[in-house]
Amino acid sequence: MDQVEKILETRELNVNMGPQHPATHGVLRLVLDLDGEVVVNVTPYIGYLHRGIEKLGESLSYFQALPLTDRMDYVSAMSNNIGYVVAVEKLFGIEAPERAKFIRTMVGEMSRISNHLLWLATHALDIGAMTVFLYCFREREWILELFEKICGARLTVTYPRIGGVRNDVSQEFLDSLYKFTEEFPSRILEYETLIDQNRIWLKRTVGIGVISAEEAVSWGLTGPTLRGSGVPYDVRKHAPYDAYDRVEFDVPVGSEGDTYDRYRCRMLEMRQSNNIIRQCIEKLPAGPIMAEAPKLVLPPKDKMMAVTHPDQKHAFFIDEKVCKGCGMCLRACPAKAIFGEKKKPHKIKQEFCLGCMNCYVTCKFKALKIIPGGRGLGDEQLAELAKQPIPEEITKATELLAEHFAYVKRGPRVPEGDLYVATEVPKGELGFYFVSDGSGKPYRMRVRAPSFVHAQVLPRLCIGHLVADVIANIGTIDIVLGECDR
Amino acid sequence: MAVVARRISLYPAGIDPKEIAEKIKERFPEEVVEVTEFRDQISVIVKRGKILHICRYLHDDPYMLMDHLQDLSAVDWRGKKDPRFEVIYNLYSIRFRHKIRLKAQVPEDNPRISSVVPIWAGANWHERECFDMFGITFTGHPDLRRILLPEDWEGHPLRKDYPVEGPGPEKEWHGFVEVLSKAKELKPFEWEE
Amino acid sequence: MLIDTSTISLIQVEKDTKILPPNVIITTFDKLINWGRLSSIWPTTFGLACCAIEMMAVGAAHYDFDRFGIIFRGSPRQADCMIVAGTVTKKMAPVVRRVYDQIPEPRYVVAMGSCACTGGVFRTYNTVQGCDCFLPVDVYVPGCPPRPEALLEGMMKLQEKMRKEKTRWSPWR
Repeated sequence: MDQVEKILETRELNVNMGPQHPATHGVLRLVLDLDGEVVVNVTPYIGYLHRGIEKLGESLSYFQALPLTDRMDYVSAMSNNIGYVVAVEKLFGIEAPERAKFIRTMVGEMSRISNHLLWLATHALDIGAMTVFLYCFREREWILELFEKICGARLTVTYPRIGGVRNDVSQEFLDSLYKFTEEFPSRILEYETLIDQNRIWLKRTVGIGVISAEEAVSWGLTGPTLRGSGVPYDVRKHAPYDAYDRVEFDVPVGSEGDTYDRYRCRMLEMRQSNNIIRQCIEKLPAGPIMAEAPKLVLPPKDKMMAVTHPDQKHAFFIDEKVCKGCGMCLRACPAKAIFGEKKKPHKIKQEFCLGCMNCYVTCKFKALKIIPGGRGLGDEQLAELAKQPIPEEITKATELLAEHFAYVKRGPRVPEGDLYVATEVPKGELGFYFVSDGSGKPYRMRVRAPSFVHAQVLPRLCIGHLVADVIANIGTIDIVLGECDR
Repeated sequence: MAVVARRISLYPAGIDPKEIAEKIKERFPEEVVEVTEFRDQISVIVKRGKILHICRYLHDDPYMLMDHLQDLSAVDWRGKKDPRFEVIYNLYSIRFRHKIRLKAQVPEDNPRISSVVPIWAGANWHERECFDMFGITFTGHPDLRRILLPEDWEGHPLRKDYPVEGPGPEKEWHGFVEVLSKAKELKPFEWEE
Repeated sequence: MLIDTSTISLIQVEKDTKILPPNVIITTFDKLINWGRLSSIWPTTFGLACCAIEMMAVGAAHYDFDRFGIIFRGSPRQADCMIVAGTVTKKMAPVVRRVYDQIPEPRYVVAMGSCACTGGVFRTYNTVQGCDCFLPVDVYVPGCPPRPEALLEGMMKLQEKMRKEKTRWSPWR
């Protein structure tokens, strides 16, 4: 038999791990150049979820831009809100009261636990441990139910507000949260039993994605991704905010810099967060939940009840002697209840009036009068009642309401300047850089998202290793594309 | 492989930011334009010429050791200030826990500045994003192309003269126009009850 | 043995469905095929943004999708439905259309979340104001994000829609 010598031609294979893929944690696109099973080059492409949040934030007031931050790192929405709120409070120069600080610490740590649970669920699912996904979601549902108890929303919460929090926590909520903290360590033990010493898990995570401490710092990594390599950098300890300087907790730091160490860091962090939540519940002080800063914080809604309560029967009446006929209220009325010609006094059609007070707030000449209990009366009776003086609580309430409108639409008066504030979200260091030009809208709102910085280290981690390690690396750097692309 | 939970101390040990600003002024007197302060944070406004030298000094000097580039971004001061752009570097030292902000002025007619990728590898994508959003070119960058928007997008969104809702349906990105026309083409084949 | 329907009485269960006890059901093809299709809708995984997390929560154990016969398939070639969950951006639009084109007929589209229905909060230069600009949507599920129960109701509405179809996907229409 002749031996035929063949020259085997090999060629690099170009694989597109497209934006639609079950394992890319969102819309991340990777173009892999493969030589057999070994990765020769990886090019990440992002931007498939770029919604223009920074540009949008420049056209909204500080208060209106708060819900946008929920949608960035949608897995741990409370932490994003806390990061934004801490930065804006520093910009305004106000401080939240103690109770609000402890509540924010508490929900921040709850959100950290829920983030790490989702991280573990998807990371394990990608590597092949499918049971862990269902177990982790069971706990995550518990936490999301607790979020719903506190503020009504599961995922995009917008609960921390500028100057404090939205509403107070009830004792029932604290009791159920305490029960959660008592049961949670046993659940973490369940996950660890499943995968910690599992041979397949160890084979797939030990020695994969190794990065040394100096390189990790040079690449700008933060959070557990950095701490797995041995660098003890945690913004909660380096620049404490909220109540982090009053609770005791440790920060897990690894040594090898591989996927397994980062996994252990996050598991230990879950236990530490549990501990922090317990301490917060025990140390929660009594007091107000919103700062006392009249023009810089949303006015309290219960003081506006004199005019805004749905059972009130107020009517609105335009005083013909004062009205200049400028037409501002006509344009502002959403129900088109005001009619009149230019330069002539306007009139309100009472049947159409909704009682929304848009006209009252828009009128510069104070021609609009509120008549308490006037709903359903005729024009002459209203004209009679309009001559009487308005009770004081209504005047105060309407002033507060006008402030509320101005705060939300136009924004408060803020000193000029710029500042950068960082907070520790579960993924790393979330930084907000605000430039204020004195108006109520940020001149520049820059979000330093940890996922953006972590995604660029993928080529460094993946080149020279096998294709299967690419999946493990995407899981271990813990990126979420909503934050990465903004 | 030991992952240990460590008790890190809260107390900072770094130099006061004003001193850092003074040291930069001493070392590079012609480069520093202004030193501003707001809410206990110091910013040093510098010219763009020697930004690489300043950054290298801050990174390598044994008393500064600014090894962590927290953020690199830009601001468009259209109409309010001249030069138009400012590239902002937020630097932090993990070892000493002190920080400083550098602002390098970049004019509109020649928006170029040196890239700091040789010092911090993490500046790579930050600079690509600045290029994408503002149009500032970073000389010496290994791979400067658009990152968040499609590569053939026209315009730089974060500039102040770019509208939030986009430039309008006439100037739409061609990829999206193609999708719409393909959808229109295939519409007769859909079943509508 | 041929059945002579004039002599034996058939019980009418509902319109177009008669049974001959104990075990013979006579029905129309439409009903049979629609019942088969709606009991096993297999969506392709197309989570884009925050709504994807709620979709994953519906697939998990607490609100189970599997009891409706809904299993997530990775490849669009093996799926018959696409749940567009999250914001569609202009950079992503060609990819969405391509995945939709790859799904074999009969295929359905569920727009989940405010961003997929109408663009949501984001009225910016890179956001498509609703995925129905370039996709034919069957069911809209609003919410930001919609609760898991809302998504389940959306899928049930899709099932209702499927139940009423008349030879929609056959060659004889």
